[in-house]
Amino acid sequence: MTELTKLSMAEARAGLRAKHFTAVALATAHLDRIAAHRDLNAFVTETPDLAIERAKAADARLAAGQAGAMEGLPIAVKDLFCTEGVRSTASSRILENFVPPYESTVSGKLKAAGAVMLGKTSLDEFAMGSSNMTSAFGPVINPWKRASDPSVQLVPGGSSGGSAAAVAARLALGATGTDTGGSIRQPASFCGLVGVKPTYGRCSRWGIVAFASSLDQAGPMTRTVRDAAIMLGSMVGYDPKDSTSANVPVPDFEAALTGDIRGLKIGIPQEYRPDGLSAEISKLWEDGIAMLRDAGATPVEISLPHTKYALATYYIVAPAECSSNLARYDGVRYGKRVEGKTLDEMYARSRAAGFGTEVRRRILIGTYVLSAGYYDAYYIKAQKVRRLIADDFAKAFETVDAILTPTAPSAAFGLGETDDNPITMWLNDIFTIPTSMAGLPGLSVPTGLSSEGLPLGLQLIGRPFDEETILKVAHVMERAAGFTAVPAGM
Amino acid sequence: MSLDKDTVRNIANLARLEVREDELDHLAGELSNILQFVEQLAEVNTDGVAPMTSVCQMELPRRADEVTDGNYPEKVLANAPERIDGFFVVPKVVE
Repeated sequence: MTELTKLSMAEARAGLRAKHFTAVALATAHLDRIAAHRDLNAFVTETPDLAIERAKAADARLAAGQAGAMEGLPIAVKDLFCTEGVRSTASSRILENFVPPYESTVSGKLKAAGAVMLGKTSLDEFAMGSSNMTSAFGPVINPWKRASDPSVQLVPGGSSGGSAAAVAARLALGATGTDTGGSIRQPASFCGLVGVKPTYGRCSRWGIVAFASSLDQAGPMTRTVRDAAIMLGSMVGYDPKDSTSANVPVPDFEAALTGDIRGLKIGIPQEYRPDGLSAEISKLWEDGIAMLRDAGATPVEISLPHTKYALATYYIVAPAECSSNLARYDGVRYGKRVEGKTLDEMYARSRAAGFGTEVRRRILIGTYVLSAGYYDAYYIKAQKVRRLIADDFAKAFETVDAILTPTAPSAAFGLGETDDNPITMWLNDIFTIPTSMAGLPGLSVPTGLSSEGLPLGLQLIGRPFDEETILKVAHVMERAAGFTAVPAGM
Repeated sequence: MSLDKDTVRNIANLARLEVREDELDHLAGELSNILQFVEQLAEVNTDGVAPMTSVCQMELPRRADEVTDGNYPEKVLANAPERIDGFFVVPKVVE
């Protein structure tokens, strides 16, 4: 039954409804494949018993004609979503043994739609990273290999690296990710997937371990645009438990995939062609522009003048919010505790033992930029520049319907191929961070391969709450690109 | 801005994060590099620009002022490292 793992989500949905196979068979095929690919280290926690239990219930609902939108479809859930009764670690030692007594809104919606959770996927610790190398449970391996040297282990990107590796390796039909500065889109690009970061406020943040609350958004990671539309539809919606959840109508995202983008104006921002942009990425982008033109859309040169300041702005705002959010890990109510003679000593020791290097670095930077005397110079300044970045997009969207850029400046890199300077790693998100700062929807769609045979993605950015347009355009590009490559051996 | 060891020690204390004495030099260098990187924002003219605290174009909703603790102390305490009689336990804070 390994063929079942090669289906798209849409194909599996049709097969289940036509009774060609059962949800239990579909779940079992994926669970077997997870067991056979533990070398990828994609999962922190596998939940096979729960998966079979939910698949049986899905089969019962399918038989009774009560199927939900994702009835019986096996998915993986990033281990940043709290799942009731299932350990939820954020890939951190500090939450190593944390078993939430509640379910996050998004994973609860997926469950209610009938989706079958296979397990919890690894991530950069607390979603802070772009390689999945900061996970306390070890790096995740990208199933894609370089043509010239398949023995080199590549990163899946991050922070949603376990989700990306799992979907690319056919261990799940789709997975949830979260994106603060690019954590869905960059791993999607590295693993040949479609990854959608919805508009800020579209998905409830309730029950998702918080990193930077003004930026965090949940979204789907899938192998096709249609699958992303299906899964997104079961994740979104107003939630009074999240004060920034938007009370807006939920569209039928799948219905937006009309294949017709004639007359759409697509912005091409000149600032996304920095000196030193690789020829391969430039070519990918040019090819993407040609696909749009061929489909009857009109590329329009635009300017987003504050783009170059987005990374610096992000690395003030995100650590500031992180230092504040992570103050809750104090060894008192939940999480790791290391005893100390005084309460303060217990706090400091628990946090030192529980947090990894990158998380500690960001807490320290965040604490500094929020401290008395520096708050205005760093934090308020960054919030002002953030507005200028958002205003750039608002101005561009007066004339264009969507924006096309590269997703990441490179293909997936090797596990040992990074230097010690954290800023080098942060540059991975140079094209995705501006969208996050402005709260706009963005997605990555695979449109080509590098000279080494590795997938490369392009990013589409939309107006607030207009995921439909970027999904529609991505759907056309997906067909034009004819991206059918799969990791070797998959 | 270049941070010295004392400043890093102070930040770590504010963040309640134990940092070993032999880590301070390395951290001071690393954090100084990051601050130098973000200080490029100084060249952006932000006169008259209002700080952006949220991208949401909406008012913060208000809820009714009611006690909504859920009445499930067992769930609240389920992950506590140490507990006695329905309370979290911490080291003694008063002499």
